Amino acid sequence: MEKVEETLMCDAPNDLKQEEHVVGNLKYGILGILFGIVFVKAEIISWFRIQEMFRLQSFHMYGVIGSAIAVAMLSVWLIKRFRLKTLAGEDVVFHPKSFRPGQIYGGLLFGLGWALTGACPGPLFAQIGTGYGVVIVTLLSAIAGTWVYGFFRDKLP
Amino acid sequence: MDLFGLIRQPWPWYVAGPLIGLTVPALLLSGNKSFGISSSLRHLCAACLPANIPFFTYDWKREVWNLVFVTGILIGGFLAVQFLHNPAEVQISPQTVADLKALGVRHFTGMMPADIFNVDHLFTLKGLAFFVLGGFLVGFGSRMAGGCTSGHAIMGIANLQGPSVVATCCFMAGGFAMTHLFLPHLMKLL
Repeated sequence: MEKVEETLMCDAPNDLKQEEHVVGNLKYGILGILFGIVFVKAEIISWFRIQEMFRLQSFHMYGVIGSAIAVAMLSVWLIKRFRLKTLAGEDVVFHPKSFRPGQIYGGLLFGLGWALTGACPGPLFAQIGTGYGVVIVTLLSAIAGTWVYGFFRDKLP
Repeated sequence: MDLFGLIRQPWPWYVAGPLIGLTVPALLLSGNKSFGISSSLRHLCAACLPANIPFFTYDWKREVWNLVFVTGILIGGFLAVQFLHNPAEVQISPQTVADLKALGVRHFTGMMPADIFNVDHLFTLKGLAFFVLGGFLVGFGSRMAGGCTSGHAIMGIANLQGPSVVATCCFMAGGFAMTHLFLPHLMKLL
């Protein structure tokens, strides 16, 4: 039972009941490519843009994140309101999140890292793609950070 | 109007933001996937070094879509630079340029300052702070918070989840603290 619980804690779970194979998974790769192009073209992966945001010297990043949330929120509302189904005809599954102190401590630590690296996890991949090879070190370190959290998880809030 | 020329220009927030927001319904409707990127780091741990840690012993193959998605982001970054490259510098606010110059940043070309994100700094204290410590905080913090900017700030808030609002406020607070309290000292020391 324990394991099922752990998997559900994942913040981006796969709720499709049907099994997907290589071709099925390709569509997420295509979505990722489009997403990566937007990241680069809107300069969201720029360390300078993140500095500008944390210095409150431009509306750009606030506009990006704010309008992304607004469009996502409207979409989620429409999916719920009209009970839209997935391509495979399944009901769309949403996950309520419960409050944990880790959201505060972890959130603060994440923010410190965000301002240092100029990237949250998505832009890390895009930065590497645009040719900033050193970011591979940052990504490996982020994977190590995830692993260390998993290792000490029982002793942390 | 030269459409291709327009696409090569940096995209304004009101184009990029809604496109990012549309990723949420695209993933939900194409295959019942909740948007979240930091999970990919967890799946990589589960795939490469689970070490019998309960947090990493789950069927990561079921979540492989997430790894395909982040691989797509990497390829997208490559394609954007190869085919849609904008040769001009990132047009950041003159105030930010002045502030960063005062901290010792000299290069304003490209997406990242060459003063910091340079292979030569890989084995220096600067590299240790910006790459190793920075990356570690991003990975550790996002997992401890149960998500990152995508999973909490976008997916979580769009689904009206209170904990995601709390986490997002803490992301911002941490970023403000690093930028205004710690970064000036770090730049002086390194």
